[in-house]
Amino acid sequence: MMRDQKLWAWHLIAGAVILVLLGVHMLTMHMEGVIRIQSLNPASVEHVDKDRVPQTRDQKSDEEDIHPIDWANVRARGVRTLYMASYIFLLGAALFHGLYGLRNILFELNPAVWLRKTLSALLLLLGLGLFVYGAWAAVMARAIARAWKA
Amino acid sequence: MSTKFENISYRIRRFDPERDTAPHWEEYRVPYTPGMTVLEGLWKVKELHSPTLAWRSSCRMGVCGSCGMLINGKPRLACNTQIAELSSDTVVVAPLPNFDIVRDLVPELAPMFASHQALMPYVIREDVEEREHPTNEFFQSAHELEHYLQFTYCIKCGCCMAACPTFATDALYSGPMPLGQAHRYNSDTRDGGFAARKQMLVGEPGPWRCHYAGECSRVCPKGVDPAKAIQLMKRELVFDYLGLHKTKCPANVAGKPTDGKRRDNIPEAPPHTV
Repeated sequence: MMRDQKLWAWHLIAGAVILVLLGVHMLTMHMEGVIRIQSLNPASVEHVDKDRVPQTRDQKSDEEDIHPIDWANVRARGVRTLYMASYIFLLGAALFHGLYGLRNILFELNPAVWLRKTLSALLLLLGLGLFVYGAWAAVMARAIARAWKA
Repeated sequence: MSTKFENISYRIRRFDPERDTAPHWEEYRVPYTPGMTVLEGLWKVKELHSPTLAWRSSCRMGVCGSCGMLINGKPRLACNTQIAELSSDTVVVAPLPNFDIVRDLVPELAPMFASHQALMPYVIREDVEEREHPTNEFFQSAHELEHYLQFTYCIKCGCCMAACPTFATDALYSGPMPLGQAHRYNSDTRDGGFAARKQMLVGEPGPWRCHYAGECSRVCPKGVDPAKAIQLMKRELVFDYLGLHKTKCPANVAGKPTDGKRRDNIPEAPPHTV
């Protein structure tokens, strides 16, 4: 009987997780020029000439700058277990939050009880399938990054 | 709006289940007098044109909640709506949406009250003896009263239910009035019935389908905010799931004053009549 209470509570928790992890994504991908945190873009920080620090992004030429999306950074993040776990965590939270929201929208159309159960089962299967596929991709990406490093 | 017209048109949706297969519209002209309410106009229609016109009304002062109807597209109390404020010389009146029609402007409110009753809108306490035969009042501070006071102003007119898009589509959803009233009692410090009401609220009849359209609060003729009550209820239930809900002990019976002295000029209370 507590099904909706439980699902709603997890919907909120997933929303909070998404907020935090998307915040980290924003820091990593879009605010690197403002806040440079070594653990977010390891290759960028290692690349900066120590003698020339501090230095703003504008003063540097494109050739010497390593962007967050560059392979060096992607690989540097990818080898870390924490990043792999955060990708899987974000994937799970986003899938649950999105699919539960979609279920709510579909239920607004007032489907019959059997259709509600079918929709819930289909969305559950879809979510699990996408989660397994996405988690596998995250694990494989880490393996590839490690192999490349080696 | 200037209301200089002498007559006003009433466009009323009529339905007599013994005669009609479907509702239809009928139009009437009635004389307008300044300060006239929609309810007074309905009485004029009944007096001058159609004695069979049916609706519910009682107090004529926005207290009983009987005369809820759809007036110019918005659920309102007919007695509480001046024709002058409608900005039109045509008053379009229909029964409240989201309810079956008994006849003409009379909605079938029984399902709403069944949902209301199912959520136990009364103080629940374990000390049944004290509740049934009170020795004194239960203590509640003014601050504690403030937490739920606005929700006590609900008159169960059904306007919020008529405006709710979720109630319109989801047969299992209890609707803003019953949920608002459940929250009113859950928030009452004299009440200990959260666990009992929770049995209903955690499932489909609970607040989960509400997506905060806010129409219930917009149309409430008493200024109650059921949408807020539903969001607060969601918060309480989520806290309950996470084990963060503060289980309150129902307020104790207030002790009788011991150090006061009765003034001489206060007459004795009359004897009990029951």
